[in-house]
Amino acid sequence: MENLNLALALPEIFLAIAICAILLIDAFSKSGARDLTFVLSLGAIVVAGLLAYADFGNPTAYAFSNMYVSDSMASLLKVFSCVAIALTLIYSRGYAGDRGMIGGNTLGGEFYLLALFSLLGQFVMISGSNFLSIYLGLELMSLSLYALVALRRGHSVSTEAAMKYFVLGALASGFLLYGISMLYGATGSLDLQEVAAAVASGNVDRTVLVFGLVFLVAGLAFKLGAVPFHMWVPDVYQGAPTAVTLLLGGAPKLATFAIIIRLLVEGLLPLAFDWQQMLTVLAVLSIAIGNFTAIVQVNIKRMLAYSSIAQMGFMLLGLLSGVSNGDASQAGNAYSSALFYAITYVITTVGAFGVIMLLARAGFEAESIDDFKGLNQRSPWFAFVMLALMFSLTGIPPMVGFYAKLSVLQAVVANGQVWLAVFAVLMSVVGAFYYLRVVKVMYFDDPVDQVQLAGSHDMRVMLSLNGAAVVLLGVLPGPLMALCAYAVMQSLGGV
Amino acid sequence: MMQSTFPYLSLAIWSPIVFGLIVLAIGRDENPTPTRVLSLIGAIVSFLVTLPIYLQFDNTASAMQFVEQAMWIDRFNIQYLLGVDGISMWFVLLTAFITVIVVIAGWEVIEKRVAQYMGAFLILSGAMIGVFTALDGLLFYVFFEATLIPMFIIIGVWGGPNRVYAALKFFLYTLLGSLLTLVAVIYLYMESGSFQILDWHTLPLTMAAQVYIFLAFLMAFAVKVPMWPVHTWLPDAHVEAPTGGSVVLAAIMLKLGAYGFLRFSLPIAPDASHALSGLMISLSLIAVIYIGLVALVQADMKKLVAYSSIAHMGFVTLGFFIFNDMGVQGGIVQMISHGFVSGAMFLCIGVLYDRVHSREIADYGGVINTMPRFAAFFVLFSLANAGLPGTSGFIGEFMVILASVQFNFWIGVLAATALILGAAYSLWLVKRVVFGAIAHQHVADLQDLNRREFFMLGVLAIAVILMGVYPAPFTDVMQVSVSNLLDHVSVSKLK
Repeated sequence: MENLNLALALPEIFLAIAICAILLIDAFSKSGARDLTFVLSLGAIVVAGLLAYADFGNPTAYAFSNMYVSDSMASLLKVFSCVAIALTLIYSRGYAGDRGMIGGNTLGGEFYLLALFSLLGQFVMISGSNFLSIYLGLELMSLSLYALVALRRGHSVSTEAAMKYFVLGALASGFLLYGISMLYGATGSLDLQEVAAAVASGNVDRTVLVFGLVFLVAGLAFKLGAVPFHMWVPDVYQGAPTAVTLLLGGAPKLATFAIIIRLLVEGLLPLAFDWQQMLTVLAVLSIAIGNFTAIVQVNIKRMLAYSSIAQMGFMLLGLLSGVSNGDASQAGNAYSSALFYAITYVITTVGAFGVIMLLARAGFEAESIDDFKGLNQRSPWFAFVMLALMFSLTGIPPMVGFYAKLSVLQAVVANGQVWLAVFAVLMSVVGAFYYLRVVKVMYFDDPVDQVQLAGSHDMRVMLSLNGAAVVLLGVLPGPLMALCAYAVMQSLGGV
Repeated sequence: MMQSTFPYLSLAIWSPIVFGLIVLAIGRDENPTPTRVLSLIGAIVSFLVTLPIYLQFDNTASAMQFVEQAMWIDRFNIQYLLGVDGISMWFVLLTAFITVIVVIAGWEVIEKRVAQYMGAFLILSGAMIGVFTALDGLLFYVFFEATLIPMFIIIGVWGGPNRVYAALKFFLYTLLGSLLTLVAVIYLYMESGSFQILDWHTLPLTMAAQVYIFLAFLMAFAVKVPMWPVHTWLPDAHVEAPTGGSVVLAAIMLKLGAYGFLRFSLPIAPDASHALSGLMISLSLIAVIYIGLVALVQADMKKLVAYSSIAHMGFVTLGFFIFNDMGVQGGIVQMISHGFVSGAMFLCIGVLYDRVHSREIADYGGVINTMPRFAAFFVLFSLANAGLPGTSGFIGEFMVILASVQFNFWIGVLAATALILGAAYSLWLVKRVVFGAIAHQHVADLQDLNRREFFMLGVLAIAVILMGVYPAPFTDVMQVSVSNLLDHVSVSKLK
């Protein structure tokens, strides 16, 4: 294997070794709350994140004979994945412990370990520059998530959700693999750069290429949760234990974004006209169906599931706007707006599910929107945090979600599709209704459940910081936007 | 542009916001007095910092004054750019002044979550001043949207029985309009490369583009003003909002829309403005006449004043779209006067509501017998509402009618009917509520104004009479800026 460059893959190597070590330590720990595993997992995530951050700003480099790429976009996405998973673990500890998912008689610290495995899978996905390494990372992440959804043993709703997720996920991975095999057959290579060169040269059978592309996009759309491959999203989000919903709904979106960019933009750019049309259909349907269906939901997890379908549709709008006239800076604008959108969406969603877990207690799931009634009277600060998160998802200034929507809309208008922007904006008003309903219930209704909010101290602190970050990033979005722009330009421009 | 030596405008915007945040942080319902006192101090300080803007304003300069500029979001070239000219200067002071009045108005009647009530109004005040002083299109938009959140909370938490419906209607209706404006703002950015409003004023645009931009801005500003037929949110919002909320809504928030016409629609799309002026004049006249008739038949006092607000704002938009000096100046004077008068009317109704808890006219009659001092104020403000010479209400209406007659005799006649209708509904309201014999037992038990209420209404009465007798300070300030605007609008900027 030429250019092994092991040193580049330091974050992944460290994480893999750390997981093995923590696994062994956990296996021999005394049964209990597994606090040691928790602390070690957080430590591993922090170190992995720092190692990933160290690569930011370095020129693009390859390892494992071009199967692994290390560029600034990968570094940025890995850091935010670490942040999202770390927050998830902090928010989930109490919740999962109360429901027998951590410690106890039958389980140890598998929850933390599976989360770390999914993070490792995400790292591999984010840095993949070969069909096979991307698929490898995707499967590692997905299998960990399937197991996590089922982790709450004896809870039939979770088991059903796990079955659904596993079967449909396997089907989608099959689609992806089938598409990859067609592309391999047509271009003769699994390496993304070589595939791009082969397609650009024009010596490849176009029918086979487009056929493979359709399956590829279908597989990716499933993973993202875009219509019409979205049917698993509401059921799995609702059925999975909230801690796992947080794991599925947050960081994996960043990894999926990464592989969409790698596969479609870096690998198959000459086919852009085709995948752009496909993405337009996916985006429009997702935004419409996601927003309208979320209005009638009474379960807040299901509502957030449909809202994530709509939000991912919005992100796809950014991705599809980069192509039309070959203007590199406009393309960079579009992709960096989609990246900014994905990152801010993940930060906001992690906070929203965190608040849901804050309201839950042993034996009580805070899943209904009505459970939020009167939160302003029970805890004004966390009601405000939820208000900030909900308004950010709607896209109201001064929260960061507004700037994310602004960037994507600007990319769409720059692409000449003003009517698409108007459509997206109208759907945002539809979306405003169900986000406002949460705010309305928190502030305007009287509480039905007067119990003190149970949540550990670290969870409250991190949740507060999370909410504050959403507002602060809204007041000063410039630095993060600049980072995203730099990361995308460097990744797409440099070789 | 005259660069400012001292950041007066930033101080005007951020001092109420900072005070609002402090009040939110330290307020406790068990001991509301420190909260109230701190809010009052905050409101007074915020008003005092706006006085230097008036004292140091140069009436002869047409350029923007007190300009502050800093780069905010580099990626989109969005600047933190503030400035005032003759058109916007008085609104900064009016906003800060009304905030003080509103804090005093809510002194005793608000007992639940006092800190949040006061904090919301202070933050709202800062955001509204931000709208009037922003010279960057996106900064304007951010402040414009940011005003929705506190107002939504104010209506929904402390409002009347149907407050949830009213708050949601207010929010979603205004959001829909503003989001369409966002697309126009992004389009202008794409065409000109900057978000600065003054750059947009000089940007040449095709007629089709101008018409679309005018219509997009019209969506937002027509809903905000409100113009017929998108006015239906206002009666609900006014009726259900608490007294302070109605005052701020009528006195300031409606002016945000009219200000938007002057700052955006007219100078950016002058050809479209001229082409569509027939439409705008018709809509304004419908508002004046039809809504005036609707006001006549109302049985709820607040609804009556709400409809009369719509009719008065119809006068304002009429004045703007006949494109002469007197008309535009009359419209702006009417905006300022309406701020005082309608604010005072809502406060008077609030005084009655605090005692009797009813807004129905039928529940009153003969109030003068037990509340003579209140009756004096109520009669004065109703006469100002009707446009009696000597009160501020006359100046604006007279100037607009004069300008309309110059423009087209019959439009002037139709506009003049406003005087008749205004007198009709205002005086009939006064007659039914104040005069005559005591109609109910609870009217016989009424207590006259206490010192706080007397002070509030007294200050407003002085403002109304002073402005009516000596309007020169107001018109002198706006003279140069208005003629500058009209010169700009009379020149075609077709591409």
